[in-house]
Amino acid sequence: MSKLLEVKNLHVEIDGKKILNGLDLMVEKGQVAAIMGPNGSGKSTLAYVLAGKADYKVTEGDVTLDGESILEMSPDERAAKGVFLAFQYPVEVPGVATMTFLRTALNAQRKTRGEAEVSTPEFMKLVRDTASHLGISQDMLRRAVNVGFSGGEKKRNEILQMAVLQPRLAVLDETDSGLDIDALKIVADGVNALRSPERATVVITHYQRLLNYIVPDVVHVMAKGKVVKSGGKELALELEAKGYAQYAGEAA
Amino acid sequence: MNVEVRAMKTPAEQALSAAYEGARATLPGKGAIAALREGAFKQFETRGLPHRRVEEWKYTDLRALMRDAYPIAPPPDAAAKSRVKTAGNILAGVDSRRLVFVDGAFAPELSDLAPETGLAIGSMAEALAKGDAQVAKHVGKTFETDDAAVALNTALMGDGAVINIAKGADLKRPIHLVFAAGSDKPSSVFVRSLVVVGDGAKATIVEDHDSGAAQMNVALELVVGDKAQVDYFKITRARALHVASLLASIGAKATFNAFGFTSDANVMRNQNFIRFAGEGTHAGIRGVSLLRGKEHADTTLLIEHAAGGCESREQFKSVLDDSAHGVFQGKIVVKPHAQKTDAKMMTRALLLSDEAEADNKPELEIFADDVVCGHGATTSAPDEGLKFYLMSRGIPEKEAEALLIQAFVDETIEEIAHEGIRDALKFAALRWLGTHP
Repeated sequence: MSKLLEVKNLHVEIDGKKILNGLDLMVEKGQVAAIMGPNGSGKSTLAYVLAGKADYKVTEGDVTLDGESILEMSPDERAAKGVFLAFQYPVEVPGVATMTFLRTALNAQRKTRGEAEVSTPEFMKLVRDTASHLGISQDMLRRAVNVGFSGGEKKRNEILQMAVLQPRLAVLDETDSGLDIDALKIVADGVNALRSPERATVVITHYQRLLNYIVPDVVHVMAKGKVVKSGGKELALELEAKGYAQYAGEAA
Repeated sequence: MNVEVRAMKTPAEQALSAAYEGARATLPGKGAIAALREGAFKQFETRGLPHRRVEEWKYTDLRALMRDAYPIAPPPDAAAKSRVKTAGNILAGVDSRRLVFVDGAFAPELSDLAPETGLAIGSMAEALAKGDAQVAKHVGKTFETDDAAVALNTALMGDGAVINIAKGADLKRPIHLVFAAGSDKPSSVFVRSLVVVGDGAKATIVEDHDSGAAQMNVALELVVGDKAQVDYFKITRARALHVASLLASIGAKATFNAFGFTSDANVMRNQNFIRFAGEGTHAGIRGVSLLRGKEHADTTLLIEHAAGGCESREQFKSVLDDSAHGVFQGKIVVKPHAQKTDAKMMTRALLLSDEAEADNKPELEIFADDVVCGHGATTSAPDEGLKFYLMSRGIPEKEAEALLIQAFVDETIEEIAHEGIRDALKFAALRWLGTHP
């Protein structure tokens, strides 16, 4: 296996407050990596920094994709390189139909990569097929992105976008929060369908439950802005049993 | 010796007075119409051009904006008429009845006068000249106001449209009133139109000002009968000083929708005086302004709920770039007996630059006790969170911003029932954004 994502000694602050303190992380192609950790450990910050949110200031360290630093890239350039963030709180985009949004995004990425636009019939088929697997109705596709969607529908819509955009590195930020068990299975199926030797997935979660459905190859535990322990999938079960308290002091 | 009761007249005011004195003998209409003009002119003489100390004109100081008044445009010649070929092309894809006015003068030879049951089309100048009874009945009486711009229009009104839609008629196509500039010299135009929609009739009226004389003062009186369904549009793309007044009276149990679309307008003032005169009417009064450079657009509403049980929704949006200035003043008045009024007004401005300015002034004056009324106003830059979401999916920043602006504007345009006009205005907005050819 070869590495896809490498985070080296990453220090990040927002509004002068330090959130990540020298985080190291490596994700290999074909891997599903789970990142677990207590509230406030910096999991979501890591997700946002990978996607390129402007409010976060990287003060030290680097993030590379295929060995190329992405920190200077804008969020859309990163997306074209294959980075995808499934948001913990997907935003509502009034007035932009889901279909239009998806097509604009897909074609923008393809354009940046120097690929031809997808034809309309091809695109429609792709979206309809994917949507039906995720239990997303045609009506939802016509409606504005996430407007009036339930929490579960918003999360499924994130997975739909992921399935259509086919990212090489998918980062799922607490995608399980607010999902009932049926929705959780649908979301997990969507993620599992994307597993391939060329791609990798980073699953950020607070609870072990999601990992019953998306079985990780590796589990990293974050505390106080760094990875404090890594292990196999059994580490998640151990955390579920013992809680995060044992790591509270480690990063200090 | 005379005593000055108010400040000295400005050159523009002097020129307007001279224009009236010079044209008085030849302006169409005698008797009651001439008296109406005379009264309106006196009103204008007393008040002068509206300026910033007149509350309703606070943000659009016409006295300061009008350094001079241009001569009244001469009747259009062949050359003038040949200049207006593409005017009104914003609705090119819509099957509508095109009626063309060149420098305010009705041009029947450029207009679609195919007969239709229940529809009568005429020229205001002709109607005034021959003492048309319907015109005499309505002109200056649809919504009486002491507004100085309306007074000036009444004093100097030349030509315009007179549209009569019979009781129960259901017009097949929208009526597209195209007002275009023909003169190649700076001139002023005073247009007055009257649209009377009979009880139970259905009509779509588009008042489209495509460029226009350097100084335009237009007024349209709209009388909507009981149970009538009227969609009224005002499209303004005028490289001019454009002052427009809608004077409307809406009957009982009617459905009335008004929509204003403004882009590429140097200085525009749209004032809408709308009275709900009968009970149980539903109305949507909406608009979108897209401004850049030093453009200035002022939408001012005076919505009078004079009868009970009417529902009105007002929603106005503006997108302001560079040092553009958008103004929204909306006043809803609920008369003492207009119980069960349900009125909601919302205005939102999107600022794309630090120099752009939005002034929002919603007002409610409620004299009845059993009503539901509300208003809101927001002014903001494009939402960074939304922009990040779109960019994180691969959409470049400029495109993401355009998509958000488009969505902001479309939310209001989507309310338009007529599909062709809705699409035409969406495309016009996209062209303004530069994302559509």
